Amino acid sequence: MRREPAGDVVRAKEMDETVSEFFRRTILKIPLTEMMTILKTWNFLSENQLQTVNFRQRKESLVQDLVLLCEENRASLNDAALLDIIYTQFHRHQKVWDVFQMSKGPGEDTDLFDMEQFKSSFKKILKRALKNVTVSFRDAEENAVWIRIAWGTQYRKPNQYKPAYVVYYSQTPYAFTSSSQLKSNLPLLGQTFETHNSTTPLQERSLGLDINMDSRIIHENKTEKERVQRVTQEIFGDYPQPRLEFAQYKLETKFKSDLNGGILAEREEPLRCLVKFSSPHLLEALKSLAPAGIADAPLSPLLTCIPNKGMNYFKIRDK
Amino acid sequence: MSVLRPLDKLPGLNTATILLVGTEDALLQQLAEAMLKEDCTSELKVHLAKSLPLPSNVNRPRIDLIVFVVNLHSKHSLRNVEESLHHVDATFFLGKVSFLATGAGQESHCSIHRNTVMKLAHTYRSPLLFCDLEIEDFRATMAQRLVRMLQICAGHVPSVSALNLLSLLQSSENPSLEDL
Repeated sequence: MRREPAGDVVRAKEMDETVSEFFRRTILKIPLTEMMTILKTWNFLSENQLQTVNFRQRKESLVQDLVLLCEENRASLNDAALLDIIYTQFHRHQKVWDVFQMSKGPGEDTDLFDMEQFKSSFKKILKRALKNVTVSFRDAEENAVWIRIAWGTQYRKPNQYKPAYVVYYSQTPYAFTSSSQLKSNLPLLGQTFETHNSTTPLQERSLGLDINMDSRIIHENKTEKERVQRVTQEIFGDYPQPRLEFAQYKLETKFKSDLNGGILAEREEPLRCLVKFSSPHLLEALKSLAPAGIADAPLSPLLTCIPNKGMNYFKIRDK
Repeated sequence: MSVLRPLDKLPGLNTATILLVGTEDALLQQLAEAMLKEDCTSELKVHLAKSLPLPSNVNRPRIDLIVFVVNLHSKHSLRNVEESLHHVDATFFLGKVSFLATGAGQESHCSIHRNTVMKLAHTYRSPLLFCDLEIEDFRATMAQRLVRMLQICAGHVPSVSALNLLSLLQSSENPSLEDL
């Protein structure tokens, strides 16, 4: 630590300019409609402090006031990083996520997972590998942890504006990553995870069949309902589906007919057809088709293969 | 192949049983609950089935009224009803079967024309009721009607039989199909 000359003692106590700017830019990103919710979730500024702010003023002035409050509270880079995580959690759908599945090496033991230990050694490993890196954590639902990593280089401080995010569900072998930069740092992340494989199996979820409270209502096709639930669960799993908004199928086929002749039978040009499905949450909608009685189970593999194939544009041609 | 017959069992004491047949379980469930909310001197039982034939190894009471529910938004639901109709004995169609079409209120979502269900009901000489089951108030009103019809079909209303009811309903609700 270098010694501050006496005259600079006061300035040394103020927030670093870069941190202050980071706060300003992060708060500026937040839409006004979400401002209160996000600030409350962050829980860094007290109720009293928030009440002193006029939320109806122009955004730039509002942001200035909020940054001043952060400075008053001696907010650190870590607090800013936490705010950034919260913003990203609210806007997770705006990011592109990759998912990684970790596999257990042969002969590895089943260890009990300790979240705090994971966080501390994750941070240690990254800091050992890269001198300049900012690592922040925020716990989330279902044993998940959000990790924010701002990368720097040997000689440059971390770039806070292009962080990478990793969401790790500790009870599963899955981790989701999203990066605003080149993916060159991913192998490092992979290595960091190596010591922390989760080997506890997914929690068993029981089939949530509707138990009819009124005994005067009898479901005749209970076995069929159970079969549909089972098939749907086998195909789609228990957890929420990835969010997808549309799927498109292009069909090109020559006309086929049992009857001899007919105008279309001799047509050389194939027939073309385009079907587009769109929905605020397409895969959840598909999942609910069979249980709702709108379609038979199992659904066409053309629909159910979307997550496996990672495609939502299909061209169907004659063999 | 098991076929439903109206009089193959003895009736239960003061019991009236309705069978709702339709692909959309949630709608049937809601309609059933609405019916059971009604004040009724008879003991009501509601059986819900996706399609016919019903599972054969089950002990069930005599069915007094069958209502086939068609969702006008879904060709699948119509096809399902058409196939299920083959498993109902002809004698059921003497006032103990009714059709219910839902979804007419959202014209843009309808993939089945009204006339299609009207023709179907006419073919089977049975009344056709329209009701948007998703709307609670309409559903409650329909539930009241169905309870009343059920009581008649079960013989719980003196001097009115299912056949009487049928001829009453047919004259006012099913216009001659030559006009269609």
